[in-house]
Parts: sequence; structure tokens; C-alpha cells
Amino acid sequence: MFPELNSILSSSPDSFRTGDFIVLSDRQADASFLIHHYLSFYLRAGCKVCFLGLVQSFSHYSAVSQRLGVSLTQAREKGQLVFLEGLKDSIGVISQEESSQSKLPLSYLRSPGAGLECLFKFVESSVRQNGENEDGEKWGPPVLLIDDLSVLLSLGVSAGAILDFTLYCQATICSELQGNIVILVRREEEDVDDEGSNLLQKGVIHQCSLALHVEGLPTGYCRDIHGQMEVWWRSREFAMYNQRKMFHYKVHDKGASFFARGTSSAVL
Amino acid sequence: MAAPGKGMAGPAGVNTTSFQKKSRSKLVSIPGTRPSVQNGQLIVSTGVTSLDYVIGGGLAVGTLLLVEEDRYDSYSHMLLKYFLAEGVVCGHEVFLASARDHPDEIMQELPSPIVDDVGSVKTKEGQAQPCDQENQDTMTIAWRYQNQPRVQNALASSVRFGHYYDVSKTMEPEVRQAVKCHSFYALQESPTTTESSLLSSPYHALLQSIRSVIRKEGFDGSTPQSKVRNVLRLGLHSLGSPLWGDDLCCTDNPAHCHSLTTFLYALRGLLRTSLSVAVVTVPSHLMQNKSVMGQIIRLSDTAIALESFRGSEKETNPLYKDYHGLLHVRQVPRLNCLVCEVPDTKDLAFKLKRKQFTIERLHLPPDLSETVSRVSKIELAGGCGTTATGNKHLDF
Repeated sequence: MFPELNSILSSSPDSFRTGDFIVLSDRQADASFLIHHYLSFYLRAGCKVCFLGLVQSFSHYSAVSQRLGVSLTQAREKGQLVFLEGLKDSIGVISQEESSQSKLPLSYLRSPGAGLECLFKFVESSVRQNGENEDGEKWGPPVLLIDDLSVLLSLGVSAGAILDFTLYCQATICSELQGNIVILVRREEEDVDDEGSNLLQKGVIHQCSLALHVEGLPTGYCRDIHGQMEVWWRSREFAMYNQRKMFHYKVHDKGASFFARGTSSAVL
Repeated sequence: MAAPGKGMAGPAGVNTTSFQKKSRSKLVSIPGTRPSVQNGQLIVSTGVTSLDYVIGGGLAVGTLLLVEEDRYDSYSHMLLKYFLAEGVVCGHEVFLASARDHPDEIMQELPSPIVDDVGSVKTKEGQAQPCDQENQDTMTIAWRYQNQPRVQNALASSVRFGHYYDVSKTMEPEVRQAVKCHSFYALQESPTTTESSLLSSPYHALLQSIRSVIRKEGFDGSTPQSKVRNVLRLGLHSLGSPLWGDDLCCTDNPAHCHSLTTFLYALRGLLRTSLSVAVVTVPSHLMQNKSVMGQIIRLSDTAIALESFRGSEKETNPLYKDYHGLLHVRQVPRLNCLVCEVPDTKDLAFKLKRKQFTIERLHLPPDLSETVSRVSKIELAGGCGTTATGNKHLDF
């Protein structure tokens, strides 16, 4: 959890908006540090989290969250976190050796044309499970985190099927259960014409209520400022409806600092 | 060298991935590897010491290095051979897959290691020091830069990790045969009738082959603890080229455009769950569809591209006369931590010498020719006024 980002977005683990659909996107940069922020944020807030980790192993997220002060193994044991480890489970499916029930969420690997219905059923069942934490209270509103959605395009799933999946998730989690969704989408360079990626990105941004876009600096490479982040408030309920603000950021070992453009400590 | 002190409560004895933080008592010590100074990750050398420095100390075990080939596949082929030679010298197991040359031919061409390289490195360091002391107080114009550290052109870290190789000699067969080598030659595989629409036949067979090697030799921890742990080095040559049965490089709209990316995704999963490291070379200059290259880069961990000057107009450019090509670092991974090793500069050039593949910072040399004559022309014009000698350079 990054305190500066919390103040920019005016949210904290004690008071945050529900029913939010947040999209993190990047172009030629890496926005995965924002996924770590949201993961530790919602676990600290006591929400029930369903995490689809399709590109990295569980121990990667666990190691980073340890530095941010949250233990993923404990959260998983308590039932607060449901983690789908895409990499580990997909080897068997791609090699077509296993067809057990437990690998059903990854059935899109076996037949990419069929769509992500099984993945949605997995997500739905994990957010509807009502567990209890140690105080005997129920968990907070459910949260779905996806890292990242564009890898499904590389595996042959069509952009239309992915957009259907996000619509179903939004209807269930945001509207019905008043939870939040955070999705990471990765974009291509500007002059590359990739239909599927453009379609996915436009469709997802249209649905969202808050979009954070991470890019490199337009003036070139700099060691002290890792890039710029644009925040776009898209929901009518925000006071800052339809406003965009740009910040520069630098990622440290234990967090990230955000500052207004031109106020980096390296420059001042 | 900070050893990771936190222990993870995983199932006993099964998880041996390098990404698992091990408690002090079970510290894995495999020859040819060392923990990284940044985050305690287990890293191996790529065989080229300057490349190790550029990608942040070395190649982390469990990751994939993608090399975009240069136009004639000369330097990327050389990098692959360095990687395999380093594996042989360190005693790691080697897996080589190729569709063009037979893997045995590639193995016979590995460069031979230089045994007395410790001595040569020391003499270089000794020569550098007297030069520093000579030039200590010679800055009269740029005196503000007096206290800045000297710019190092050659990139190397202070801790030596990896070996040097002599390209003019090939490795002795005895040295090579001391190490277990598995190979996969795509042209020898009979096309199997798989119902899979995901992976085309050679990629499917390659994936099965890699998987069986990992399982059989116990790199994923499935064999009992008594066996000494080792690292498996995978070298995959020219994936995506037409020789692998892939039409990614042939048309704008390939029929199996997701075959290579699905294979890389499965390979990533295999690498993360075993003690192995892979180097894949891809002929990116042949690919018509640029977005596929972006997807391939995102599916790998570290990605570099080689651009050689041979045959292009840059060969005669005086700026590049000392070098053989440019090296672009496309992606550096963030593993188990938020930050990645951010390089100082992105302008890197490489040159292949007999005993070393060096990667250096590319910078513009000072352009002295114009300014010297310009100063003298101004002095002439100012001092002489309207006399005939002032107009010497305007003779018609």
C-alpha cells in the first residue's frame, strides 16, 4: 500500500468506495507495482480477495507483499485470499495430460475459442463463499484482482470473449455484491496496429470508473523518475468527474513515491 | 551477500523453486550460481561478463532471457554458444533445441574457456590505476567535473562472476562430455497427430521433451533429497523461424499466430517451478506483425536485441567504427521485489574480440575538426580589418 497514492485517490483501508471498477494500464512500462499496492490495500481493509495471478508465481507476490507488510500465506490459510496460480496449473492443461475438475477454470487453454465461462464460474464461486475471520465477523466487500488480462489475448482468447467476461464480473461483483474490481491491461506501442489489444483496452476503459495509466517519460529515459502516471476519474459520482491528472513516480524497495511533474528530488 | 532469512512454510521437501525464500539452514549452494546482491535471488552467469552486468548481475534461475537476433544470426548464435559453454564449465546440465543446425554440431563449436583469465584481469586493473593518478589535477577548463567519478566505458562489476572464452579455439571434447547434454532437433521429430489446436507439432514435442527432462532428472524437486541439486540450462535457437513449422515470419496473418506465445507461456510455467534457466533466440527482423513481438517480450523476463552493423550503412559510419553492433535492452524483470535493476544508460554497443564479448557505453567522441579552424578564421578577420590578408579564405 502506498500512502501517497492513497492521498491522491482519497481512499484508505478504512474508508474506500465500493462498486468501483479500476483499470490499470501501461505502455512500454510496468504497472504491476500498482497491483501490489491494491493487493495489500484490500487485504488490509479486510475484504475477501480473489486474485487471478496469470503471469507470476504465488511466491513472487508473497515476497513483495511481505515488504509491504501483508502476509499472503496467512491470508490464504484464513480464507481471506483465493489465489489462482495460472502458470503452475497451465502446464498440465497445455500438454493435455490432465483433465481433472480442479483445472476447470483454465479450460480456456484447451479450447480458446470457447470463451472464459469456466473462469467466470470460478470467480463467482470464490466471491460468493461467505467465510468468517478470526473475530467471527464476515469479510468485507469482495474484490477481484486480475494480473494481467492481456496475456489471455496471447493465449488465443478473442477480445470479445474477454470483454464478455469483464462484463459478467462487473455485473456480479460491482453491481450485485457491491465489491471492487482491479484489472491490469497492457498496451502496445502507438504505431503498432493490433486490433485485439486496442479493442480490449477501449472496451475496458469504457466500463471503468477509474483508470490509471503508466508510461515512460515522453522526454526520454531518466534514472530517478521511473515514469509518469495518469489518473482519470471516470465515474459520475466522483467530485473530479472526467478529470485527468498526471504524476511522476519512482518505485523504491518498499513502496513508490508520487509527485507532481517537475518536483522530483533529483531535479529540485 | 545477504542470504534471505525468512523461511516459507511450504509443503515439506517438494518446493525447490529458486523463488522460494529458504531459511538459513537449507541454503542451496549449487556450483556456478550465487545469490544476487539486490534481492537474494539465485543467479547464474550468461557466459558474457558485460552482459551479466547489463541485465543486473546475471540471469536469475527460473527466468527466460529473450535475444532478438541480428540480421545474419551471427552474434546471437555466439551468445547462445557462450551460454552453453558457461553451463559446461560450471557443471550444469544443458538442453539444446535447434531446427537449423544439428545440436551436436552446435555443441562441437563451443568456445574453449581461458583457464588463466584471473591473471589477465589483474593486469588490466593494475594498468588502470597509474593513469588515474596522472590525470588527477589536469582539469583547467572543466574543473567543475573534477570530483566526478571517471566514466567507465567498459561495463563490468567489481565481483567477477563467469568465465572468459577464446573464440578461436573450440572446447575440448573431454570437457564437453563431462556434462550431461540433452538435445532436440526439430527436423528429426516425426509430426505427431495431436488433437491440440493450441501448439503446432514441433512446439508441442519440444514442450513434452523439456518437461520429461525436468521430471526425469529431478529439477522440479520430485526426486528425493539425496541427489545433488543442479541447474538445467535450456538453449532454444531461432524459435518462430519457418524451420520450426511456424508461419509467424512468413505472412501478415499467420494461421497459428498463438502457437509460439502459448509455448512461451507454458515454458514460463515450467521455468518457475524448476531449477532451470532458458535463453531463447527469436528472429524478430523477419516478423511482419509487430504486435506479436511485443507479446513475446512481455512473456519473457529479460529481453535484449542485437543490431549488427554488417551490411548496413552504419558499417561505414565513423561513429561506430570501433564496434560490431548495438545492443538494446528491451526489458528487465522485477522478481520478488518492486524495483528492478535500472541501467545507467541505454546506449550500448558491443564488439566481439577473440577473448571477450564486450558491451560498452556508446558516446559521441568530441568533434574537433571544425572548431579549431573556425577560431583561427575569426582571429584573422578581427585582427586584420580590411587588409587583403583577412580575406584569404574568401578567394574566388
